[in-house]
Parts: sequence; C-alpha cells; structure tokens
Amino acid sequence: MAASRSSVVPAAAGRTLRRDAWWLESVPVWILMGGFSLYATFRAFEGKFYESAPYLSPFYSPLIDPQHHWLPLWFSPAMLILAFPLGFRATCYYYRKALYRAFLLDPPACAVGENPQRKYRGEAKFPFILQNTHRYFLYGAIVFLCFLWYDALRAFWFPGPDQKLHFGIGLGSLVLLVNIVLLSCYLFSCHSLRHLIGGNLDCFSCTAFNLKRHGAWKKASFLNERHMIFAWASLISVGFADFYVRMVSSGMIKDLRIL
Amino acid sequence: MADAILEVFRGNQEAGGAKQYTVPIAPGMVVLDALHYIQGHLEPDLAVRWNCKAGKCGSCSAEVNGRPRLTCKTRMDALPTDKPITVYPMKSFPVIKDLVTDVSWNYRVNKKIPPFTPKPNTEWKMYQEDVDRVQEFRKCIECFLCQDVCHVVRDHHMKEEFGGPRFFVRVASLEMHPLDNVSRTKLLKNELGIGYCNITKCCTEVCPEEIKITDNAIIPLKERVVDEFYDPILKLVRKIRGTAKAE
Amino acid sequence: MTNETKYETHEHDVLIIGAGGAGLRAAIEAMAAGARVAVVSKSLLGKAHTVMAEGGIAAAMANVDKADSWSTHFRDTMRGGKLMNNWRMAQLHAQEAPDRVRELEQWGALFDRTSDGDILQRAFGGHTFKRLCHVGDRTGLEMIRTLQDRGVQLGVDVFMECTIIRLLTDGNRVVGAFGYWREQGRFVVLKAKSVVMATGGIGKAWRVTSNSWEYTGDGMALAYDAGAELLDMEFVQFHPTGMVWPPGVQGILVTEAVRGEGGMLRNKNGERFMEKYDPQRMELSTRDVVARSIYTEVREGRGSEHGGAYLDISHKPADYVKQKLPSMYHQFKELADVDITKGPMEVGPTCHYMMGGIRVEAETAASSLPGLFAAGEAAAGLHGANRLGGNSLSDLLVFGRRAGIGAAAFANKTSAPSIDPAQITEAERDMVAPFDRGEGENPYSVHRDLQEVMQNLVGIFRVAEDMDKAMVELEKLKQRAAKVRVEGSRLFNPGWHLSNDLKSMLTVSEAVTRSAVARKESRGAHSRIDFPKLDEQTWGKQHNVITRDGDRMKLQQVPVDAVPDKLLELLAEEK
Ligand SMILES: Cc1cc2nc3c(=O)[nH]c(=O)nc-3n(C[C@H](O)[C@H](O)[C@H](O)COP(=O)(O)OP(=O)(O)OC[C@H]3O[C@@H](n4cnc5c(N)ncnc54)[C@H](O)[C@@H]3O)c2cc1C
Ligand code: SF4
Ligand code: SF4
Ligand code: FES
Ligand code: FES
Repeated sequence: MAASRSSVVPAAAGRTLRRDAWWLESVPVWILMGGFSLYATFRAFEGKFYESAPYLSPFYSPLIDPQHHWLPLWFSPAMLILAFPLGFRATCYYYRKALYRAFLLDPPACAVGENPQRKYRGEAKFPFILQNTHRYFLYGAIVFLCFLWYDALRAFWFPGPDQKLHFGIGLGSLVLLVNIVLLSCYLFSCHSLRHLIGGNLDCFSCTAFNLKRHGAWKKASFLNERHMIFAWASLISVGFADFYVRMVSSGMIKDLRIL
Repeated sequence: MADAILEVFRGNQEAGGAKQYTVPIAPGMVVLDALHYIQGHLEPDLAVRWNCKAGKCGSCSAEVNGRPRLTCKTRMDALPTDKPITVYPMKSFPVIKDLVTDVSWNYRVNKKIPPFTPKPNTEWKMYQEDVDRVQEFRKCIECFLCQDVCHVVRDHHMKEEFGGPRFFVRVASLEMHPLDNVSRTKLLKNELGIGYCNITKCCTEVCPEEIKITDNAIIPLKERVVDEFYDPILKLVRKIRGTAKAE
Repeated sequence: MTNETKYETHEHDVLIIGAGGAGLRAAIEAMAAGARVAVVSKSLLGKAHTVMAEGGIAAAMANVDKADSWSTHFRDTMRGGKLMNNWRMAQLHAQEAPDRVRELEQWGALFDRTSDGDILQRAFGGHTFKRLCHVGDRTGLEMIRTLQDRGVQLGVDVFMECTIIRLLTDGNRVVGAFGYWREQGRFVVLKAKSVVMATGGIGKAWRVTSNSWEYTGDGMALAYDAGAELLDMEFVQFHPTGMVWPPGVQGILVTEAVRGEGGMLRNKNGERFMEKYDPQRMELSTRDVVARSIYTEVREGRGSEHGGAYLDISHKPADYVKQKLPSMYHQFKELADVDITKGPMEVGPTCHYMMGGIRVEAETAASSLPGLFAAGEAAAGLHGANRLGGNSLSDLLVFGRRAGIGAAAFANKTSAPSIDPAQITEAERDMVAPFDRGEGENPYSVHRDLQEVMQNLVGIFRVAEDMDKAMVELEKLKQRAAKVRVEGSRLFNPGWHLSNDLKSMLTVSEAVTRSAVARKESRGAHSRIDFPKLDEQTWGKQHNVITRDGDRMKLQQVPVDAVPDKLLELLAEEK
C-alpha cells in the first residue's frame, strides 16, 4: 500500500473543507463548563451560606463536620464533597466527549484538522487511561444520590415554633426536588450503569433473571439515549439549587412558601 | 432548470487538484447523479465507485462540502448553491484516482477479528430480544465513512495500532451475539486499540445507517474491557470463582 | 509459453468469477473440499448485487406456516415459472434450501425471530405459505456479510476490483481467465483447473432497471464466447415495483416485502386494480402478472402522476412499517420526500432479473463446456419463465454450493491447465484498442442508445416488428461499439471499463432479442402482444438455446425435460 496519507487536503490544525460554522458546537460547552467551574470553585471556598432549614445545598451534602471540629478552618467541606461529583462528571462518557472536543480540540469538530505534530494517546495511556475508573465514581455517586434524596425530602418538613417538623412546600423544596430528579435521571442514564444492569450479558433470554435484567436494561437504554440532555440539565439544576439556598441563607431573598 | 457548479478533486497519488464542472440540476438529484453526468457528458474517465444508488452497498463514499457522505444519498437541493459544491475523496485513505481511494486497510483489520464461534452442541434457538441489539450492528454497509472521519485515523494516522469504529461495530456484533463463545476483549485492548478512541462521536454523526456506534458499540465494549482489565474488584471475584471466558 | 511471464499470473484449483452470494457460497464449499480457491469481483468485496436483496430467502422451513413443505415450494416454483423450469433443479432447490439457510445461521447470520425462537418467515408473491426468511428489508446484506466473513476465515484468495474479459480455453476445456485490475489497468492471468461463473445478471442494458453498473451480462457473454450454451434468454423479469420519481432514482427497487407486509396497489382513481387482474392473490400475484397490470393501468390512462401506480402501506402502524421496512422508509424519505408511513409510494415496473443464462446440469451446475460451472443469476433453469421473489437468494445458496462441489471435484481429477498465449494477446489487443483510436465516440453515448433500444423495443410487452427493429439497431450499435474511443490513462478509468462492458451487453441483448422473437407465445415474463396466449403444444415443450457459430449467433430449440410422474402428481394437486 502507498503512504497512508492522501495528498488531497494538507494536514493542519483547524483545516477543513466544511462550510458551516463548526466551531459553534463548542461555544455552549465553553460557557456552561466555564461558568459552572468558576461558580463552584467560589462556592467551595466560601464555606458558608449553605444551609437554611430545611434546605441544604447539594454542594455541602452530606454535612461533614460543619463546626470544624476536625477539619481545619480553611478547609471547606464542600471541597471534599465536590471532588466526588466532579470525578463522576469528569469521567462521564458524555462529558469526556464534550471536553475533549471543546478544550483539547481533539478533534475540534468532525472532519476538522488537528495539530498533526502532537503525539496522540487517547485513553490508552496516562492520564486519560484513568477514565476507566468511571464505574467507581458511579458507585460513589449512588451513595451521594441517597443523601441528596434525603435532603430533598427533608426540604418538605419545615421546623415549626413547636420544635416539631411540619409538612410544607416552599419554592426551595421544589428547586431541590427538581434537582434531585434531574440528578437521578443523569445517574440512571449512565453508560456504566447500563452495562452493569444488563449490558454485560450476551443472552437475555437464557435465564429468567437475565430476562428481568433485559427489562431494566431497556429502561436504562431509553434514558441513556438522553444522557447528554440530563448531563446539562442536572449540571444547571445543581448549580441553581446551591445558588437558591445561598440566596435564602444569606438573606438576599426570602423563600417563597407555597403551602 | 438551474445549474450547479461542482468542484471535484481530479488526480492521483502523484498530482492532482480541484476542477470545476457545470451540471444541470434535475428534481431530486443527488451528488452521485451529478458525478454521473460529468462522466457521461464531460469527462468519461472521472473515477468514482458506486453500485446500488440507494444507500445499500456503501460504495459511493466521498466528502461533500467537507463532510463525509454517501454521494447517492446526498441531495443536491440540500446543498447551498452560492458557492461550488466540493466533492473530494475520503481523506483518511490514499487516493488511487479522483474519488476512488485505497480502502484495503479496512479489509486487513477485519482479518484480525476471530469469527463467530458457537459453543459445541449449540441449540439454534434465539429470541428477538437477544438479536435486536446485534441486528443494529449488522446493518453496517461498510461505507467506511466512520473510518474516514475518525480523528485517530484521519489526523493521527494510527492505522497500525487502531482498528477504527467500523470494526468496533463488528466486534460488538460478535461479542454480543447470544450464541458466540469466544472473548475478543484482549484483541480490543491490544490489537484494535480501543483505548485510542476518545468517544468523540464523529463516527456516529456520519454513519448513514444511523448505527449509534459510540453509544451502543464502543462504550459497551469499553466497559467490557474495563471488566476484564481495569476493575480490581471484578478481577478478584473472577479469581475466587475461577471463571474466565475462553479466548 | 514465453508470453506468459509478461503478466501477473496466479494459479488455483478453482477460480470463481463473481463474489455475490453464489460465488462466495461456491468458494466456501470448494475450500471445504480442499481446493485452492480464488474469487474475483468487479467491485469491492461485499458490494455485489446480493447486498441489495431486500425481501428474503425462500425456504420451506415451516416455522410460521406448519403446513409448508418442500413439495409445496417445488410446486409454487414450477407454477410460477410456467413449467419452463428444469424440474430437477426446482426439486433440489426446494429440498435443500432450509438446510442452506440454517447453515447461514450457524455461520453467524441473525434473522428476525418468531416468538418460539426460530427464524421468522413472511409472505411473498406466488408463495402459498409464509416462506421468506428475512432480516427486516436487508436480507441480502446479512447473507453476503455472513458468506464473506466465512470465506475470509477459510482463507479464500480474493481479487477485488478485477474484471475478467476472457475465458481461456484449451481445446474446449476452460482452463482459466484473463482480466485486468480496475485500479491500475494492469492485466492478470488466472489459471485454474475449473471455473465457476457467478457473475449475476444483465439489467444494465435497459434504461429503467434496479441493477447496478456491474450487471452487464459479462458471465453469459464470456461463456458464450468460449462456446457454452445460453438457455431461455427471452425471460427477463420486470419487477412490478421500482421507484418512478424523481428521475434520478427511477428504477430503484421497492421491495416486494411491502406487498408481503400488506401493501396495496391503487390507480389514480383510487381503485385497487389487482382485483381485476388476479382477484385471488391480488397484490401477491406473481411478478409478471403484477408488472403487466401496472403497465396496463398506466397505458390506459389510469396511472399515477409520474406514470406509475400507487403502493400504499400507510394503513399499518408507523412503528411496524419502520421496523419491518426500514430501508424502504429511509429510501423514500431521503430520495423522494415521501413518508411511507403517511402516504403512498409511486411505483412502476423496472428491469430486475434474468431467468435465462448459462445452461447447466442440475446436480453439479456444470455447463456444456468441460471445466466451466455456473450458478446464481448467471445460470439458467431453476426459475423457468418467471422467478418467484426470494427464490434467487435460496438459488445462490443451493446451487452455489453444488457448483463449488462440482468444480472442486472436477479440479481434483484433472491435470494442471496449460494456457494458450495467443488468446491472451488477442484479448489484450482488443482491450487497449480504444485508447489508440484517433477519434471515435464516447462509450457512454453508445450505452445510452443501447438502453433506449432495449427499453423501448424489447421491454415488458413485445411485438415482432419492434424486435425486428431492435435487431437492426443492435447491429448498428455493435458497429459503433467497435469504434469507441476512450481518453485518459489506464488508471481507474470508468470510460475504458465501459467500452469493454458494452461488448457483453450487446451480446446478451442480441441473445435476448433473438430468443424473444422466436418464442411466439406469451409465457411468464415474456409477453407478446402479437401472441398473447400460452402455446402449450409447441412452445410449452421447448427451450431456446443460443450458441456461437463462428461470428454468428445460432438459435436452436431443445425439448423441455419431462417431469417424472411422481412430481407431476405434486404439481397437479391443489393447495
Ligand atoms: C434491489 C434488488 C433486490 C433484490 N431482492 C431479492 C430478494 O429479496 N430475494 C431474492 O431472492 N432475490 C432478490 N434479488 C435478486 C438477487 O439479489 C440477485 O439475483 C442475486 O443476488 C444474484 O446473485 P449472484 O451471486 O448471482 O450475483 P451477484 O451478487 O450480482 O454477484 C455478481 C458478482 O460477479 C462479479 N462480476 C460480474 N462480472 C464480472 C467480471 N467480468 N469479472 C469479474 N467479476 C465479475 C461482480 O463483481 C459480483 O461480485 C434482488 C435483486 C435486486 C437488484
Ligand atoms: S468516537 Fe472513537 S471511534 Fe468514533 S470517531 Fe470518535 S474517536 Fe473515532
Ligand atoms: S458503521 Fe456506519 S459509517 Fe461505519 S462503515 Fe458501517 S455503515 Fe458506514
Ligand atoms: S456515562 Fe455519563 S455518568 Fe456515567
Ligand atoms: S451507491 Fe450504494 S451506497 Fe451509494
């Protein structure tokens, strides 16, 4: 065979015959990821305004040592907590795609040239071979999800003057509920989960249990097709939930009581 | 009827460049029709592959306005006519002449993949729920557009280390076959270099058969590779149970 | 032998020309018999016509209709073929098809399933029972991919994009072939102890056709040149449903599975006109009948907007249509802007399949020349005057396998071939001549005119005066084809390739026309306006056979083999 390169279009970064504005694809990724990272970093270091009973910011759930008995004062518990969702999202198959494209330009867009000089290792070598740990972050995320469900449900029980909890609905309860639903959709549409639930089987009809797993796998697959939507929606919702709690907690706004 | 201007690559390994042709547009015309018009009326030696003209054989792949496409399924009326329509050969494969490229690499990769191997004394019963998933992969018409667009091949030229999306689809069709009895995960990791795929999904975007290559073939295979090579807990479980699939 | 070293040369036991279903199946079987095998194809591997087959493979497996059996399949095939079939081929075909399909499954093919976990079967025109094993509407793809993978695994030598232009003979024994690489334009000699022709059909000689550029009748023409007999060349099948609009897609096939799944045909007044022509079987009548019905509706002014009929499946649930006919759905959506789940398609007859071809023996697929075998669409006999849908794919499997066995056995008992360099020199000279002509016509314009002649004068309905005219025109076209000029180099040059394919098309066109003129009756796919009836007395009892006599084409009649009494009883039975 002749040299493995065609002589037609010279290789160079950004080189393409595409006529459309291919770089537009990445703009929302830059804006959303950039915006979220800045906000989350700020909030992680802020270390306050994360609670306003019965609301707890998802950035700080579960509450770890809020009185700083053993955590040094400069260390906000959110740093510990955020590391997990961050790892989960960073190793998520969807975000990987978005980040490789938008930030590493690997590739900048389909059929758009890359820098031919750069050595490419993909996910076969360090560092990105670590992406293979995604399922462990998934296990962690499941634990977190339980805490967040607890928080979201608790957000419907308001402390009364009688020191007891009374059922009620505030705008914050709804914000936290929507957030947890979106986060659950995101988690249940995860590729690793889909694999675990049934994707790793070859024969669904072979045993009765496998057949059950087939049903679950079909559902996971249905969600999985929408994984990208859930990824962004839940990112926005989790940021907003924290923002809302912060606003209420810092007294900037007053929570709207609906019931 | 209106005319369109096509800018077609003409040439071979040694020399070549774009050349413009004016082609009358008929209703419902596709790019391949325009190329045939050029062949029949302007330049009889324009080289282009085709067979079915109906998106079934995967012969007529090229890059139209910079996008990898089947020319027999690319309608002229879907393309802007303000500028010439560019038609170039697939970039990832060496040009033989004009729009015809040397795709032999693909056939060589294919040979590395162990064929379907049923268990001895298989009972040939299969149910629709078992074959649904695999039938998606078997829709592949081997147009090699995914191989062309994949940046690992296109920009990084890793034809030795990497098998390419088409062959992940093929391996997926074997690995998930309900009656197949060999494991190809090691092959995937080593010879086919599935780790080089960074799941950026360009293959899925161009597949004319709308196979969800990345989501349904590559990622599930990557997960199987993790099962086998990167998951310490599963490794331990396998050790204790003493189970491992034959290779 | 001095001349031989000039060319790239390969030697095998069995050479198979054609990498469609028939060729690949033959290769697999010949390999299994221990022969060294080469397969040659004009396109890349896996792109042969077989890949386009949609509806299914006919095999009496009785998975859906338990009453089905080989004898019903046999009867359907014979009746569909208007008893012009080689009865022994029809019997072998019906008996062996189920095993051949099961074999595919064992090599990895995945057919659609019944709820019991067996291969699902669907109804098709002319088949009494639900008999077509299928995968949605891409059955051919599944079949060719399975065979291709199997062949590659067994280690068949594949010569892709290589066109054979001449069979090499030693006396009248076939000892190999001479061809050129399409890519580089270099010549190659393929020596073999036996050769299997599996080159498919001839549809590219008509303007409206479902066939690709490959279908230029090379195999039949090459065999004819070498001295083999061509049988029943007048039987050319026009498929009733090809696309008619837009112009660029005219002729592209709309699978019979649309009707198999319940599609209805209507004319512009909304009448379900098949009630008139075949009230029993309606849309699922045989192809010759449906094609003629549509043609008649159009001719009598009841056609659709663009001169066809309406085919409607939109009464079925949209999801069902998309699942059962996915490629039809996409084909119409993308190429014709029609959503078939919502509205009707426009369809009309298109030249589709060649029932005639190289005359072979039923058991071994051997032709009349020693060392030459033929299978698939290139061979004749099984389908008689009209082929039933789905019977082609099963034909490829059953007789591809038999040809493989036959060719390997022949190779096993014969000596190494010796090649006559003069034949090669002659073929090479003819092939490169178009480059040397100072002036001459473009081969494409000759091809266009040939297609018009065959389309208009030797189409669905035939009449003596038209065909006589066609004979005159073909003679002129032959003169023109001998003088075409090609430009450019030998590097992948389609104009040059066509200049050679024209010769084959002209040979088969002449054979079709001659046979059609001779057969003074209407039978199956052959409809004469001047002889509208079946003529059981004379023509029901004889085949047309074409052979080469020097530079002239010779037409003879041979008697139809009598069906043995046992099978005759089967034929007489009602359902
Ligand atoms: C659109 C469509 C749909 C169909 N659907 C069905 C269906 O549902 N069911 C059914 O039973 N049948 C169907 N048929 C018919 C069936 O597909 C064909 O008849 C069958 O595939 C022919 O197979 P083959 O092996 O004889 O030839 P092909 O598959 O056509 O193979 C011919 C081979 O010969 C090679 N060749 C030809 N000439 C040369 C040469 N000079 N040198 C070297 N190589 C050469 C070609 O490259 C090719 O590889 C359909 C046909 C079409 C066109
Ligand atoms: S998803 Fe992987 S295989 Fe597909 S184009 Fe991207 S890198 Fe290539
Ligand atoms: S997977 Fe899709 S894009 Fe790739 S070769 Fe197959 S049909 Fe073409
Ligand atoms: S793949 Fe996105 S969360 Fe697992
Ligand atoms: S010609 Fe067959 S896919 Fe385009």
